[in-house]
Amino acid sequence: MNLDDYRGVWVFIEQNDGKIEGVSLELLGAGRKLADKLQVPLAGFLLGNEIKPLANKIISYGADVVYMVDHPVLKHYRTESYMRGVMLLAEKYKPEIILYGATPNGKDLASAVATDLNTGLTADTTMLDVDIDNRLLEASRPAFGGNIMATILCKKHRPQMATVRPKVMKALEPVSGRKGKIIEENISLQEEDMRTKVLQIVNDVTKKANLADAHVIVCGGKGMGDLQNFQLLYEFAETIGATVGGTRDVVEAGWLPHHLQIGQTGETVTPKIYFAVALSGAIQHVVGMKNSDFIIAINKDPNAPIFDVATYGIVGDAMEILPKLIEQFKQLRTEKGGEISYV
Amino acid sequence: MHIVVCVKQVPDTKIIKINPKTNTLDRRSAPAILNPYDAHAVQEAVKIREITGGTISVLSMGPPQATEIIRKSVEIGADRGYLISDRAFAGADTLATSYALSKALEKINNEHPVDMIICGKHAIDGDTGQVGPGIARRMDIPPITNVIEVSEVNQKENTVLIKRKLTNGYELIQSNLPCLLTVEKEINDIDYSPMPNMIKAARYEPIIWAVSDFENVDRSQMGLKGSPTIVGKMFTPPRPEGGKRLDGTTDEQVKQLMELLMEKKDLLTIQSAK
Repeated sequence: MNLDDYRGVWVFIEQNDGKIEGVSLELLGAGRKLADKLQVPLAGFLLGNEIKPLANKIISYGADVVYMVDHPVLKHYRTESYMRGVMLLAEKYKPEIILYGATPNGKDLASAVATDLNTGLTADTTMLDVDIDNRLLEASRPAFGGNIMATILCKKHRPQMATVRPKVMKALEPVSGRKGKIIEENISLQEEDMRTKVLQIVNDVTKKANLADAHVIVCGGKGMGDLQNFQLLYEFAETIGATVGGTRDVVEAGWLPHHLQIGQTGETVTPKIYFAVALSGAIQHVVGMKNSDFIIAINKDPNAPIFDVATYGIVGDAMEILPKLIEQFKQLRTEKGGEISYV
Repeated sequence: MHIVVCVKQVPDTKIIKINPKTNTLDRRSAPAILNPYDAHAVQEAVKIREITGGTISVLSMGPPQATEIIRKSVEIGADRGYLISDRAFAGADTLATSYALSKALEKINNEHPVDMIICGKHAIDGDTGQVGPGIARRMDIPPITNVIEVSEVNQKENTVLIKRKLTNGYELIQSNLPCLLTVEKEINDIDYSPMPNMIKAARYEPIIWAVSDFENVDRSQMGLKGSPTIVGKMFTPPRPEGGKRLDGTTDEQVKQLMELLMEKKDLLTIQSAK
């Protein structure tokens, strides 16, 4: 393999029903920086059916080139059909870096493509950079349960690939009228050759949207002590109209279901206000919440790493502080005649 | 129906410590356990076998001590276990791991054709989720990741109906058999092991293979040599400066916090008194 045959930074544009996933736009922002450093074009590539109207949006978010494979068999994501499209593009145009959103489909696709291209893939990256001299992608992620970061390199294989956590990178402001090149490739696919069929897609917003869309989150850690004490978080959250989340430890202890876990292996959240209560701030947790606007940490341990990312910190016992806060809010409510709503 | 479940021995990451001087794992600090997602994978195979009948094999790659997690899998209900163990496998990343496991799966498949492979969604030490789809590609069967329900196994038509978790909901997929599934924890609850399983597990000795037991094997695709990715460096991210600390007694702290929150009151929904 001649590494110099491979040039360009590519981003997989994940679309569902003609709607581009947010993480793909974020990756165009991150990819733009890498491409500028390496002095190569940034490309977005997408697969699907009737996706042509999306090209200009991809260019407006920073891509110089858009590669498209449009085919009825590609209407819904399926590993086997999508990976054939990616293989076609990657083998023909030979990019040096490919980034995918670490969504269920992005991870699935990247894992399959890496195997067939016989190349390296780094999972759930939270930091990206390049070593310009060696044209090496430096993909960093929390490792070993999340208390340390590891930078993964792929020195002798191309393309270098990584999946990247949603909501960690920042999308650029779109520039309307930005110019770029659109390249379409034809693929021959037969529905009869497909070994899987998507029978139905069910959007269930009730579960996941809670945390992802919440303006205010109260997140509790193992320091709450036990399941009974943990209920205090619900009382506080209810008082201020917040949503409750928890750390990995809390979920593994069975105090909360997994879909309410915040962190590397749970949800990444970016609310306006984030209460980090009785949690230490392990790296795997912090990567899932550090982009919140206003972070308030309450912890007994003055050296807890959560205080490093907090906007304001209170060293103290949550079991003392929360009841007082709840009481203050209740009092406020009484003063205002019980009719106050700030939203 | 022959189901093979791929399982991994992992350090319990809840307990593991990192040596702050060397930035390396202190493996002695944590007990080795069956990867929790893989336990659910074995349990799901047991559930399927209750309906279809057949055999459950488990396959692991690791040091000889990984026999322990094969015994644990037998306790949950697996019929037999294979361990591939060889220094040549050491240092494998996900690509080299899926290669080694697929060589073992080919051998198992030749002896006893495989209808379904089940893996956990990811291992809690690596957190990648890349090995399952990798195996599926190498075995040339469809991978279906993030499975939350196996709704139906149709042995007559040789198909399976699967619910697969998506970012916002799920999709219902029909797949031909054989296929490979990677399962989420929510797919099932682990049953208490019946006494006969425990007795069988305690005495169980898995079949152990080394590289020399495989045919047509390319050693350059194994272990460290066969791994395109390497760990460049390990680091603790620079500690940000952190924000202000609120001082004083608890009451004073609460008062200051209330003032701060009132600046953001447009974001709060103060419930009306009822």
